[in-house]
Amino acid sequence: MTNAIEAEGLRKSYKGHEALSGVSLTVPEGTVLGLLGPNGAGKTTTVRILATLLQPEEGRAMVAGFDALKQPKEVRRRIGLTGQYAALDERLTGRENLRLIGTLLHLGKGPSRRRADELLERFELSEAADRVVRTYSGGMRRRLDLAASLMVDPPVLFLDEPTTGLDPSSRLVLWGMIREQVAKGVTVLLTTQYLEEADQLADRIVVIDTGKVIAEGTADQLKQKVGTERLEVAALAAEDTSRVVAAIGARLATTPSVSEDGRTVSVPLPDGMGGVAAAAAAVEELGIEIAEFAVRRPSLDDVFMTLTGQTAREKDSA
Amino acid sequence: MTETLSDVRALVGRHFRHIYRIPEQLISVTIMPIAFVLIFGMLFGSAMKVEGGSYQEYIMAGIFIQVMMANISQTALGVVGDLSNGLVDRFRSLPISRSAVLIGRTTADMALAAWSCVLMAGVGYLIGWRIHNGLPKALAAFGLLLLLGFAMSWLGALLGLALRSTESVNALAFMAMMPLVFLSNAFVPPDGLPTWLRVVAEWNPVSMVVTACRQLFGNPTVGLGTGLPAEHPVLMSLLLIGGILAVVVPMSGRAYSTATAR
Ligand SMILES: Nc1ncnc2c1ncn2[C@@H]1O[C@H](COP(=O)(O)OP(=O)(O)O)[C@@H](O)[C@H]1O
Ligand SMILES: [Mg+2]
Repeated sequence: MTNAIEAEGLRKSYKGHEALSGVSLTVPEGTVLGLLGPNGAGKTTTVRILATLLQPEEGRAMVAGFDALKQPKEVRRRIGLTGQYAALDERLTGRENLRLIGTLLHLGKGPSRRRADELLERFELSEAADRVVRTYSGGMRRRLDLAASLMVDPPVLFLDEPTTGLDPSSRLVLWGMIREQVAKGVTVLLTTQYLEEADQLADRIVVIDTGKVIAEGTADQLKQKVGTERLEVAALAAEDTSRVVAAIGARLATTPSVSEDGRTVSVPLPDGMGGVAAAAAAVEELGIEIAEFAVRRPSLDDVFMTLTGQTAREKDSA
Repeated sequence: MTETLSDVRALVGRHFRHIYRIPEQLISVTIMPIAFVLIFGMLFGSAMKVEGGSYQEYIMAGIFIQVMMANISQTALGVVGDLSNGLVDRFRSLPISRSAVLIGRTTADMALAAWSCVLMAGVGYLIGWRIHNGLPKALAAFGLLLLLGFAMSWLGALLGLALRSTESVNALAFMAMMPLVFLSNAFVPPDGLPTWLRVVAEWNPVSMVVTACRQLFGNPTVGLGTGLPAEHPVLMSLLLIGGILAVVVPMSGRAYSTATAR
C-alpha cells in the first residue's frame, strides 16, 4: 500500500516559539488518520504545512505523490481543505460560494454548476442555497465548508477540527459525510480534540502535544499502551459486595478495589481472559445474583490523560 | 495566463456581488464622493479665491485625488476581511495563481473608483467645473487618477496583509493618508508654506498627480513652484506611480503567499 501523506521531521517556529518540533506521520492511501491533541498542540500548523499554506523550517512532506514544499500547485490540485474555521464568503449565497470555487478550479461552467447543485443536495443545503451565508447556522456553515472542499473530488482531504463547536446532531451528520468520503476511497487526515471522534472515524491515531508526536497506533493499541483491562463485578445486593471482594481477591491473588458507591468491585486483568474465567468461577461459587460482570478497557480519555497529563476537553463542552 | 484572467474575472465578479448585497458599500462609493464635491466645491468655493480661475475648478482635482487615496483603506479592509474569515486560506489551497486574488480585489476597487469619478465629474459640472483642453486630455487625466487609485489599492493590500486587523488598518491608513493629502496642493496652493514644507509638498506624489490633472483638464494651477515635479507633472506622476507599483505589487504578492490569519 502506498502512502497518500508522508511527513518527516516537520519543524516550525513562530517568533522563537517552536510550534512543531519534528513531527512525522504517514497516512496510507484510503485510510483515515486522526491527529489528536489538545489546544495549541500543533495540529493546525501540521495541516497547514501539508496543505501547502505554510513552509516548515525543516522536514519533508509528500502529499498525493507530490512534494508539498516544492510542488505546491500539483498538491493543491489533489487536496481538499476544511480549515479550523469555516472559510466562506459571508456575503455570497451558498450556491455562489461553491460556484466560485468551481470556477477557480477551472471545472468549466456546466460541470461546476452541476457539482455545486449535487453537493448542496447531498449536504441538505438545497433550500438554503440561495441565501447569503451570513444567515447560516454553525452547522450549515460547516457543511457548506466541507462541500466547498469537495468540489473537485479530491483524493486527499484535510479536515481541521471539523466538528468543533457543533451541536451533537450536526456532529453526527458531519461524521456521516466524512464516512461517505472514506467509503469512496478518499484519504483523510482529520484533527480533533475529541477522543470519541478519533475513535469513531480514524483507522489510526497520532497523538501530538506541544509539537511532538507522543504516541501513535490504532485506538486499541493506544488503549493497551495505557494499561491493562479491568474486570468490574457488581452484586445485585449491596451487602454481598464484601463477599465478592473476598472471593475474587483470593482467586486472583490481588486486592480488588471498590467503587465509591460501594457496589462495583474492580480488579486489573494482567493476563487477559484467563483471569476472567477464574473470576467468573469464583463468583459462581458464591451463588449470589450478579448485576454486572464486565471487562472494561481503558478509554481514549485514559490514554490521553496518561500521555499528556491533561484531561482531554470534555466531549460535550462545545 | 488565460487561466489567471478567468480567475481574476471570477474574483472581480465576487466583489461586484458584494456591493449588490451590501448597499452600505455602494453608499460609500456613491454618496461620499458626491458629498465631497458639494461640500468642498460649494462651501469653500464661495469663500476662497484662487488666481486664474474659480476655486471650484481648482479644487476638483484635489477631490478626485482624495477619493483615489481612500482606496488604501478600502482595499486594506477587504483584505483583512478575507484573512479573518479564512477565505485567504481557502484560496491559497486552490491551484490558482497567487496574484489572481489580489489582482481581482484591486481591479474591483479600481472599478469602484472609476464609478466615483463619473459621479464626481457629473456633480462637479453642475457646480461649475469645466474641462478646457478637450476630451482626450480629460480622459488621460482620469486614467492617471485611476492608475494612482490602483497603486493605492495595492498599497492597501500590503497594509492589510501586514496589519491583519481592522482597527490597525483604520488607524494607519488614516495616518498615512492625511499628510499625503493635506501636505499637497490638493486643496490650497502650497506657496504660503515655509520653504522646507513647500519642497515636501512639491515632491509629494499627490501634488504631482493633482498638478498633472489640472493641466490636462485646463484648470488653474496656482502656486506651482519650480523644479521637475512642477515642470513635468504628467511624466513625474507616471514615473512615481510606476515606481510605487514596482515595489508594492511584488511585496504584496509575497505577503499574500505566506499570509496567515493571526
Ligand atoms: N501565526 C502564529 N503566530 C504565532 N504563534 C502561532 C501561530 N500559529 C500557531 N501558533 C502557536 O503554535 C502552537 C501550535 O498552534 P496550532 O498548530 O494552531 O495548534 P492546534 O491547532 O493544535 O490548537 C501554539 O502554541 C500556537 O500559539
Ligand atoms: Mg487548531
